[in-house]
Amino acid sequence: MEKLKLIIYREFIGKVRNKSFIILTFLSPVLMIGMGLLIFYLTKVNNNSAKEIAYVNESSLNFEEVFVTTKNTKYIDVTQLGVAFSKEEIDKGHYYGLVTIPSEANGLKELASSVAFYSKEAPSILFLEHLEKLVANKLKAYKLKELGISQKNINAANFAVNIKQSNSSGEKSSKLGNGLKIGLGMGSGYLLMMFIIIYGNSVMRNVIEEKTSRIIEIIISSVKPFQLMLGKIIGNACAGLLQFFVWIVLLLILGTVVSLFVGVEFGDLQNTPSKELMQESGFKAEELTNLLAEILALPLLKMFVLFIFYFIGGFFLYSSIYAAIGAAVDSETDTQQFMMPVIMPLMLAVYIGFASVLSDPNGPVATIFSIIPFTSSIVMLMRIPFGVPWWELLLSLLLLTLSFVGMVWVAAKIYRVGILMYGKKPTYKDLYKWLKY
Amino acid sequence: MNAFLKDIHLLKIENLTKNFGNYRALNNLSIQVPKGSIYGLLGPNGAGKTTLIRMVNQILLPDSGTIYLDNEPLAPEHISMIGYLPEERGLYKSMKVGEQALYLARLKGLTKAEATERLNYWFEKFEITDWWDKKIQELSKGMAQKIQFIVTVLHQPKLLIFDEPFSGFDPVNAKLIGKEIIALRDQGTTIIFSTHRMESVEEMCDYVALIHKSEKVLEGPLKKIQLDYKTNLFEVGIQCLDKEKVQKEISSEFLISEANFASLNDSLRLNVSLPPEMDQHTFFNRLTSFGPLTHFTEKIPTMNEIFLEAVSKRNDKISA
Repeated sequence: MEKLKLIIYREFIGKVRNKSFIILTFLSPVLMIGMGLLIFYLTKVNNNSAKEIAYVNESSLNFEEVFVTTKNTKYIDVTQLGVAFSKEEIDKGHYYGLVTIPSEANGLKELASSVAFYSKEAPSILFLEHLEKLVANKLKAYKLKELGISQKNINAANFAVNIKQSNSSGEKSSKLGNGLKIGLGMGSGYLLMMFIIIYGNSVMRNVIEEKTSRIIEIIISSVKPFQLMLGKIIGNACAGLLQFFVWIVLLLILGTVVSLFVGVEFGDLQNTPSKELMQESGFKAEELTNLLAEILALPLLKMFVLFIFYFIGGFFLYSSIYAAIGAAVDSETDTQQFMMPVIMPLMLAVYIGFASVLSDPNGPVATIFSIIPFTSSIVMLMRIPFGVPWWELLLSLLLLTLSFVGMVWVAAKIYRVGILMYGKKPTYKDLYKWLKY
Repeated sequence: MNAFLKDIHLLKIENLTKNFGNYRALNNLSIQVPKGSIYGLLGPNGAGKTTLIRMVNQILLPDSGTIYLDNEPLAPEHISMIGYLPEERGLYKSMKVGEQALYLARLKGLTKAEATERLNYWFEKFEITDWWDKKIQELSKGMAQKIQFIVTVLHQPKLLIFDEPFSGFDPVNAKLIGKEIIALRDQGTTIIFSTHRMESVEEMCDYVALIHKSEKVLEGPLKKIQLDYKTNLFEVGIQCLDKEKVQKEISSEFLISEANFASLNDSLRLNVSLPPEMDQHTFFNRLTSFGPLTHFTEKIPTMNEIFLEAVSKRNDKISA
């Protein structure tokens, strides 16, 4: 045990002292938040340059009340100038674009389909959709008024619907919550895959280093190869978990700091077209509180604990394979032929997870693959936010534990023989033979 | 087993067999290593020496047979009693020298304080104290070899095993290490050398075992084996004017062969066999009659020669 501790400590310290580990650990949350801020900032900058939109209104409808000038868009009525002249103005670059609204003489339907937009550069789809909505709203209001229904009545007939769904185990969710769950589930599943690949590779490189530097035989004359392999895996797992904790803590801190800043700026958001779009699509300010409530309603602690469980299980399972591969070969270039069987189930798990969790998180495909040990850690993590029956969780964890114990045992046999083999690139047949040495 | 024998052997290997798949690496091999001796495990590449050593180090497990260390069947706690310098040896390239030596020493069961104290002693002895914070990749090969040696002996093992000890050592280091090994032997440590370059260790060995094709061919005290395999061949140098004539005269009386020893003056050099019926004194007197002797030495068979002889004898026995 004393020796195992020494090995774990050396592997852990060796890993966390590494410059790339430090950079990755502390920089990635900063980068993630930074990227978010950058995108936020860029969209703001983009929107800040107010566009001047000219419009020619040949109908008798009053569009002034919909074409309201905002911080980002300025609407100018150029009906007096006529379409041809206005187009020349656009070509000269005086306005960003020209909206032409024809006469309603041929009926509102004809009008609706012959509204045109003219500009030097093609506008964004979002902007066109925004214009379409403005015109459609106006036409709708006009038509309803014609039919004798007041704006007040219309407003009274508008409802924001948010379906609250619950299942037999009493877990409640809504469409909004569902989106969050999908995001969190996919995120944690994907993160786990990345962790397994990054740290599994690190275990493998470590083994190869010991082999090529020829220190391996000195070490295993003091400790059992199994202890060495286990120490390596645990040491790397600890480094991985440390990185995970640091990320969570940093993200929480940075997230709080950033949201304070962004919160101040939030008032400005009210006037941007995207905000208007949000409002029109039923995204009211009060929904922000909803969002917060939904996040808090998620089984966050459960997800956190299970992430750690599945990380350890999945990592042990895969990193023992990585260790065996490292032991079998002489250099990293020789690992290619053995990597496929490792990467395949991981990729499969992520794809199955993405596909099934989106469509049917508790369907048979998702259930089966969240119980099969090689895919369970990733698929199950994706399912957890949606609520998974306890027996499935237990079965999946039990199978994962059994198979990682089995895999560590098999890998240790290959490892034990492989670390002393030099020169020949082994085949799968050789590996099988080594099991019996 | 009587009480006396019990005491004098530190390592006893009985009927050891090891297979790798269909390949038999060791076949029913038994050897006994006396306490406080330097024991040479000699044999060509692939004879099974490294397999044997790895089993003594519990890196490999035997298929059958038993290994006794200090009269106890080999067990995990014996690891701290053995120091092993493998043929394929190296160190962590990016770890600091001191850190690494401490780590390896502690894996052998030393406490941090013990290990530090002993490391200081050896580092001072080899005058390398300023290496402590260097990384191995900054050291030359010879420097790294010193560290490897220190790490091997640091936990004061009862049994030291060196696989191909002097391969890759420069002459200065080889001499330094050789001196330290003899000093350790004199302090009571038992030492096993394993090598295929038999000439490199035969001067130092007290006992040898010859291994060939997974089996032991010969074992015993070096001096006794040399005596058993001596050929009564003498290297003779005679000062004379007409070398051809003298050589002819000698060959009419004795069996001669071409010699390959060096001499400073231009004399006739020959290997002359002592006839079985003649005693050494008469032989010497007879030779002096041909001219003044500049060289007269009994040719000691080298381990290489003994090995070849023993293997061919064995083959004769098998085919007979």
